[in-house]
Amino acid sequence: MRRAAALGPGLVALCAVLAVVAFLSVTLGSRDIGLSEVLHALRSWDDDGSISGTVTLELRVPRTLLGILVGAALGVAGVILQGVTRNPLADAGIMGINSGAAAFVVVAITVLGLRGVGVYVWFAFAGAIVALILVYAIASFGREGATPVKLALAGAAVTAGLASVTSGIVMTNVDALNELRFWQVGSLAGRYAPILTGVAPFLLLGLAASLGFGRALNGLALGEDVARGLGQHIGRTRVAAFAVVAVLAGAATAACGPIVFVGLVVPHLARFICGPDYRWILPYSMLLAPIVLLLADLLGRVAARPDEVQVGVVLGVVCAPAFVAIVRYARLSEV
Amino acid sequence: MTATISKVDAAAQLDVAGRLRANRRRRATRSVTVTAGLAVLVFALFVLTMMVGSFRIGALEVVSSVLHLSDNAGVDFVVRELRLPTALAALAVGLALGASGTIFQQLLRNPLASPDFVGITSGAGLAAVVGIVVLQAGGLVISGLALGGAIASALVMYVLAWRDGISGYRFILIGIGVAAFLDGLTGFVLTRAQLFEARQAMHWLTGSVGQASDTELRLLIGGLIVLLPLAVLLQRPLRALELGDDSARTLGTRTELSRAALLGTALVLVALAVSVAGPIVFVALVAGPIANRLLGAATGGIVPAALVGAALLLAADLVAVHVLPTPLPTGVVTGAVGAPYLLWLLATTNRQGAGG
Repeated sequence: MRRAAALGPGLVALCAVLAVVAFLSVTLGSRDIGLSEVLHALRSWDDDGSISGTVTLELRVPRTLLGILVGAALGVAGVILQGVTRNPLADAGIMGINSGAAAFVVVAITVLGLRGVGVYVWFAFAGAIVALILVYAIASFGREGATPVKLALAGAAVTAGLASVTSGIVMTNVDALNELRFWQVGSLAGRYAPILTGVAPFLLLGLAASLGFGRALNGLALGEDVARGLGQHIGRTRVAAFAVVAVLAGAATAACGPIVFVGLVVPHLARFICGPDYRWILPYSMLLAPIVLLLADLLGRVAARPDEVQVGVVLGVVCAPAFVAIVRYARLSEV
Repeated sequence: MTATISKVDAAAQLDVAGRLRANRRRRATRSVTVTAGLAVLVFALFVLTMMVGSFRIGALEVVSSVLHLSDNAGVDFVVRELRLPTALAALAVGLALGASGTIFQQLLRNPLASPDFVGITSGAGLAAVVGIVVLQAGGLVISGLALGGAIASALVMYVLAWRDGISGYRFILIGIGVAAFLDGLTGFVLTRAQLFEARQAMHWLTGSVGQASDTELRLLIGGLIVLLPLAVLLQRPLRALELGDDSARTLGTRTELSRAALLGTALVLVALAVSVAGPIVFVALVAGPIANRLLGAATGGIVPAALVGAALLLAADLVAVHVLPTPLPTGVVTGAVGAPYLLWLLATTNRQGAGG
């Protein structure tokens, strides 16, 4: 009971942490920009021609905003997927999103001869959504509908099939391999304002919708029969949840490439803090995920100046051991 | 009055016992039939792999040449020197991956918990990629590194997950973390590599049965001969563990010991397979579920799962080398061959209400 009372203030504290991290993300980088310059640039919101103003407004701010939105989207999508499939290993990658996006990107490179992150975004988005629809359609065959086991297996099968296509093309086309190996690690770098404004509406919409799922996921966590007994329409919940995940994870992957770690791990972190109640896990993940993502991005920018380490790499190398330590010493509440 | 009731009771009991026995017999029959059918399929694919190619050879000739019954120098050379190693590699790697995948899934009670997802192949992958890109090594060195990487990452996971015993859930979470860590490092090495070496590394990461050398192959086959019977012996404690630790202990299973033995067996199998052929994804993941769906009620057989793995890999190798216009690594095709089949199984068994 005491735990529940502390959760509300905790949420506020996380907001503050996120604000601090976001601010750091704007000021730090391969070129340190002073506090006053940042504030000046932000206040006037006008490119006055100075280098620090340009860097702040055109590079750092979009990058930070994108990090916040993408992080939140991935975290929430992970929570919903793990809740719906009741599997601690479920994430957007296993449900075919990354492989669908990668397959479409590779096709865009090889067949249509397109180049550039701005073009890939829409192909990746389409691929992610197609893959997710495929997974859900296959899993929902038969009379008991899309059960957790079938969802997991269908996701794994679709992922493997699409990954085969991708690696088949990449193996025979060095050019595509060269483009794909950088897309594949996931990064916030080089994603400028047009990409941000392109995906932001989807992400905001999905995030708003996702907060309504707490009750339904709590019901599903008790098992299908109990959920049905509580008056839930399970089929409808699953379809709605998958639609939200498709929008969130699809848009996030499209913008930044596959960033696996956040969606897989942050829900578990949130579960350690909040216990099994999804009405708290959802908002906590929504705040924890961007904090983790921005910190990793920041570290990647600062650690190897003036070079950069992709955020996907930093997440794996720095954040994964932290996660392992938490798992080792925390009391677990299972999915 | 009481006499009639007890007579009815007795009759009902007899009926229930009879039905139980019939049910059990039907399950055993199905299990034997499916296993035998799979064995025949694997044998047929094994022979077929050695028949086709630029120089076609009849089935009888292949069999007699492998068994040293004939002495046709030309055929002997093609079959024994060129095609037998690849076919044997596909067979052995498939058996090993199928068996170890299903052991992991049952032990951790999660259909997604194949060695690919809980970090073991990631360890092998990182070690091999470092070998290729940084040390610019090849052949046996890479295999040794992969073997060492797989075993090291599994040991790290086991130690980290140990807290008064191993819980499946904690093991899975630790596995996710370790896999993320290793994959992050692999991605970093790949982005820093020259294109040529990156391509070589990607090729290894895709996995192929055609690259095995004799030494590695012999090691794998030796391992299989020891470990596969051991896995079958361990099937009984595995079933008990599936019921949960407390029930298993009540049934007289020594839980930690059996779990460690099962994990060790499965780990060595997958590590040997990966060191021979690279991390061929998907085989370990789907062999178990496919076998279960074929077996119906008698789920969980390790031998059927191993046979499904072998059939999958042999079929994938046939497609990769002979059907496609340019020969590709086997790992490219396993997904393309196995995924539609698993999806079809999912769709059809569901309709009968037996999926789930």
